[in-house]
Amino acid sequence: MKVLTSPSLWIVLLVVLAVALIPMIANLPALREELFVLLMLIILASSVNIIMGYTGYVSFGHIVFFGIGGYTGFFLVQTLQMHVALAALIGGGVASLIAFLMGMPVLRLRGAYFALATIGINEAFRTLVTNIDQLGGAVGMLLQFSVYDAYGGAKEASQLAYYGIILVALLTITASFMIKKSKFGLALMAIREDQDTAMVLGIDPARAKVMTYAISAFFPALAGALFFFKNGNIEPGPAFELHRSIEALVMVMLGGFGTVTGPIIGAFVYERLRGFLITDPTFSNAHLVISGALLLIIVLFVTAGVIGWLRQQSPVLRRYLE
Amino acid sequence: MNFEVLIASSIDGLTLGFVFGLMAMGLTLIFGVMKVINLGHGPFIVMGMFAVLVLSQNLGINPYVALPIVIVLGLVTGIVTYFVAVHRVINAPELTTLLATFSVNMMLIGALTILFTTSPRGLSLELPSFRAGTITVLGTRVVAVLIASLVTGALYAFLYRTHTGKSIRAVANNRAAAELMGINSSWILALSFGIGTVLAMVAGSLLATLFGFTVLSGGGLETKSFVIVVLGGLGNPTGALLGGIIIGLLESITTIFMPVSYVPVFEFVVFILILLFRPNGILGAR
Repeated sequence: MKVLTSPSLWIVLLVVLAVALIPMIANLPALREELFVLLMLIILASSVNIIMGYTGYVSFGHIVFFGIGGYTGFFLVQTLQMHVALAALIGGGVASLIAFLMGMPVLRLRGAYFALATIGINEAFRTLVTNIDQLGGAVGMLLQFSVYDAYGGAKEASQLAYYGIILVALLTITASFMIKKSKFGLALMAIREDQDTAMVLGIDPARAKVMTYAISAFFPALAGALFFFKNGNIEPGPAFELHRSIEALVMVMLGGFGTVTGPIIGAFVYERLRGFLITDPTFSNAHLVISGALLLIIVLFVTAGVIGWLRQQSPVLRRYLE
Repeated sequence: MNFEVLIASSIDGLTLGFVFGLMAMGLTLIFGVMKVINLGHGPFIVMGMFAVLVLSQNLGINPYVALPIVIVLGLVTGIVTYFVAVHRVINAPELTTLLATFSVNMMLIGALTILFTTSPRGLSLELPSFRAGTITVLGTRVVAVLIASLVTGALYAFLYRTHTGKSIRAVANNRAAAELMGINSSWILALSFGIGTVLAMVAGSLLATLFGFTVLSGGGLETKSFVIVVLGGLGNPTGALLGGIIIGLLESITTIFMPVSYVPVFEFVVFILILLFRPNGILGAR
């Protein structure tokens, strides 16, 4: 694998890892909680970017896979006392399988129709889970505290979840990079630019798109399983929250559509900005208005996002900044 | 099964369906003319609710008399929104317009939350209700249907009988050709966005006379509008009205057969199936 020796990838991975390890070395639990959310957002944004940035299919309801992974993982940990790592992997597998099966018909739709269908899928799952009593229905499920004993206590379980989310974030970034640099990635970008021409060139768009959709469903599901395991409870509302899905799209746009580092930068900037606006006394009331206005400015004037804009500035950056 | 229950819930669903149809027409008109899915639709509906609340409670105007003011407000809001958020990206890929209208959504919800907080509101409105045996139809429902039909009729008269309305249909059909015929397409697009907003706000005002509401009521109504619009065919106002009535009836009648909480599951599954197998809606050609 030649792409795995690329310095561009390793620098990004090392920076993310170094930042993620700060709270563990300096023993700062509050910062750890913040970074957990940030890493989760990086995973969500990078996964959305894999399907949206590379193939141009706007998966509006991508959060559905976060919820599916969360519920599958939670259920397995809760009822079968399964280890969270295994439960998360199964959650990821289930999400990928669902993405694969649904992707076959849904990815035939183009443009706005696809975006609407993904919203419908998310809402269908949310309302369905609300009705399943085995999954706790509308009130959700609460993890028995004794479950954490298997990991040496609640504190250790929370640390384990944190290491898990670091690992998933690094894997997501690596997958995003490898796809972009592979022949498969080139095929996806050909589909994005012109699906009919790509078909003439011998690409099977249906197969490529379904595979990408399944891959992009895997990582949010892992993140969901870890997140709800750490939280100790799960409800249909937060698990299938359409708003968070749209926020992930905003992060991708902010950082740079179709780039590897873009979603990471986008997640970081968005989360910091929101944190600042909510806690700052002058802005806390108007935080939605301000973030909305900023989003509009970016959408209207800086369409390439931060990384896309930097890449346009110099050929050197274009070479090393993916 | 009780026949009277069926009749009562059918009337209930039918009346609600007209208002839903009106609401969805706003969304479908904008999509039909400029291929933009307006994610600011929910906040526009909520704006209609709060406009009528402020006008009736703070200024003492009867909610129905306040409707012309709501219409003017909607037209201005829509046209301003178009020029601020949509005009620059009207030819960009759908993601861009989706996010641009979503930013409008964020700003409006943020502003409305600052002004009104998220606590539940309601209009106090007393109208005589109609009775026939055990079936009762609330007066507010009857008026809502009348107004919804009136607005729909006015919209059709405008689209088919006036020069400007014909221009809107021409731009929807083929913008480049319409421009070649000397139609100022920017203005027509802005006007269409304004009319779409008016429809959403009027529907919001009517819903406010029927139910309680909060600043956040728009989210659910927006997804409902998506379902209705897809059912009737994206961009087809007649279809939206029909879709609204179908959803209204479905929501009231299916509750007799299945638990209320399963109705949305059913709706969204139908929504996905229609998108997959009849993307032009139930009225459209395959």
